[in-house]
Amino acid sequence: MNHPLPPETSDRPLAPGQRLSRSARKSLSPETEGEILALAAKYPDKLAATLPALYLAQAELGFAGLEAMKEVARILAIPEGHVFGVATFYTMFHQKPVGKFHLQVCTNLCCALRGGAQLFEQLCTRLAVQPGGVSLDGLWSVEEAECLGSCGTGPCLQVNHEVYEEFLDETRLDAVIEACMRGAVPEWGK
Amino acid sequence: MGAIRTKADSQSYTFEGFGSDKFPNFMLRGTGDLDNWRLKTYEQRHEGYEALRKALKMDPASVTGEVKASGLRGRGGAGFPTGLKWTFMPKDTEERAFTRYVVCNADEGEPGTFKDRAIMEYNPHQLIEGMLIAGWAMQCKLGFIYVRGEFKWLIDKLDAAIQEARDAGYLGKNILGSGWDFDLLTYRGAGAYICGEETALLNSLEGRRGEPRVKPPFPATKGAYGQPTTVNNVETLASVPVILRIGGAAYAAIGTPNNTGTRIFGVSGQVKRPGLYELPLGTPLDFLVNDLAGGCSTGKKIKAIIPGGCSAPMLDAKDFDCPMDFDAMKARGTMAGSGGVIVMDENVCIVEAVLRLTRFYAHESCGQCTPCREGCNWLEMVLHRIEHGEGRPGDLDLIASLTPRINLRTLCPLGDAACGPIDSALQKFRHEFEHHIEHKTCFVKGPKLTAGISVH
Repeated sequence: MNHPLPPETSDRPLAPGQRLSRSARKSLSPETEGEILALAAKYPDKLAATLPALYLAQAELGFAGLEAMKEVARILAIPEGHVFGVATFYTMFHQKPVGKFHLQVCTNLCCALRGGAQLFEQLCTRLAVQPGGVSLDGLWSVEEAECLGSCGTGPCLQVNHEVYEEFLDETRLDAVIEACMRGAVPEWGK
Repeated sequence: MGAIRTKADSQSYTFEGFGSDKFPNFMLRGTGDLDNWRLKTYEQRHEGYEALRKALKMDPASVTGEVKASGLRGRGGAGFPTGLKWTFMPKDTEERAFTRYVVCNADEGEPGTFKDRAIMEYNPHQLIEGMLIAGWAMQCKLGFIYVRGEFKWLIDKLDAAIQEARDAGYLGKNILGSGWDFDLLTYRGAGAYICGEETALLNSLEGRRGEPRVKPPFPATKGAYGQPTTVNNVETLASVPVILRIGGAAYAAIGTPNNTGTRIFGVSGQVKRPGLYELPLGTPLDFLVNDLAGGCSTGKKIKAIIPGGCSAPMLDAKDFDCPMDFDAMKARGTMAGSGGVIVMDENVCIVEAVLRLTRFYAHESCGQCTPCREGCNWLEMVLHRIEHGEGRPGDLDLIASLTPRINLRTLCPLGDAACGPIDSALQKFRHEFEHHIEHKTCFVKGPKLTAGISVH
């Protein structure tokens, strides 16, 4: 019995025997590949390079989907299943594309006591994004974050895992959004 | 390497009298000054690397002895004596030479805790020096600093500081002519709270999923990459140069007899001056909250304080005079934990606060042990329906029957941590839960703490 296999999508894992169509395959640039191999030599065991390699792959491909995982596994010569397990365990590896500006607002208790939850709701309404989703123009994605380590200076907002805005209020929120639109904030992965 | 952050910091670090003999400043020197992280500043202004020179002249066992004499207890949460922990590392024998590692736990993810960040931001060299001394005392080959993924700018800074130290001959081969080789590597986590647990951290450091390991074997026998490893918190390691510089006995004279030295307390929540305050252990909680942090920011009465990061059981008004040290806190049924003090005024709905914390634990449970994976989700569901006016009469008994089945039944303390806030809230603020179930509405009229459109 030979059932035709459905094409692989990035949000669904591969079934045994399932293959990506050749045109859909993505590979990392030789520079990134070189960086990953250098990482493998840096740590006592090459397995330890899994996390940093996934960061590099995520930066290049935009998200750590199946293509990125497969590439990391291929370059480091480690099991694909291991990379899949790691990439899906940690919240900072995104299996789906995020917006050009990925905004995370801390809504844990310390920030919530200072209005984090309300700011998060405002942000969602302002940018017309569902929490955890991406806006239609692909520019914004918004996420509730668990403690960004800024409890005394909360509420805290992080853009693209890089820029950190503390003592967040409506004015500062506007300023961050404006800075993103102006191009003053590096885009995701850049 | 990325850019070093140049944005000024608006956090409060100091208070009147800070830096005097009564309130010595060991850990927060130069905070607020963005150039303070450089090696030059550390050497010129903060007696940088003097302690290392002193340690390298002593033999490793007497360095450990000095730390033991200081009575330093781990600042990460558990309060385990640091010197004792160091002695668990195996010594080289004639048959076998070990490769030993020292790991710094900088996966600061506990809500309410933000102290390690300040040390890495302003005094990375103090941490590096502490790791060097720890490395010498245990004769380690390599040190790792595991930093949480969100702190990317701190990793860039640490890397820059490590490079400075390497260029100056403090790291690398034959350090300061002692014949001992040691180096440091940073490792970036990827957003898992559980990696703050030491064996989960070691798994993550090896590039695996951050799931806690079964103990024994303890890390001192089989840690990172299967080798003997000691994991210490940032603040613990940064205290070590101070101990070597002023002497173990002098350090032990600060604080209370079994709880020596100073530690950084982070005050957050509804206070006028949130921030980091370094105080000798045993300082009363209300002194910190009312005198230093300026009391409640909303002008209301303070209802509850979580004294040691969100995993610590909360305290109500009768316990606000509690001295902040490991033993006194334990005697009052809570824990000193990581020193993160969260203050809530009387307008805060305790049910909602506990729901927010439980949601955090349910989200961050690694999923390895069934009691925690399932239990935390059940607790969240039950609390969610109580908070949203759908509570049932038997729900409080249901919660009370759930927590003992999670507590102490998991490989790591995350399950216990999830139970702490709920148990203490049920014990001290039971009437709020009952009000929610009976009247289908909130006991107080404070602002909302959870976002309505949530994805969790």
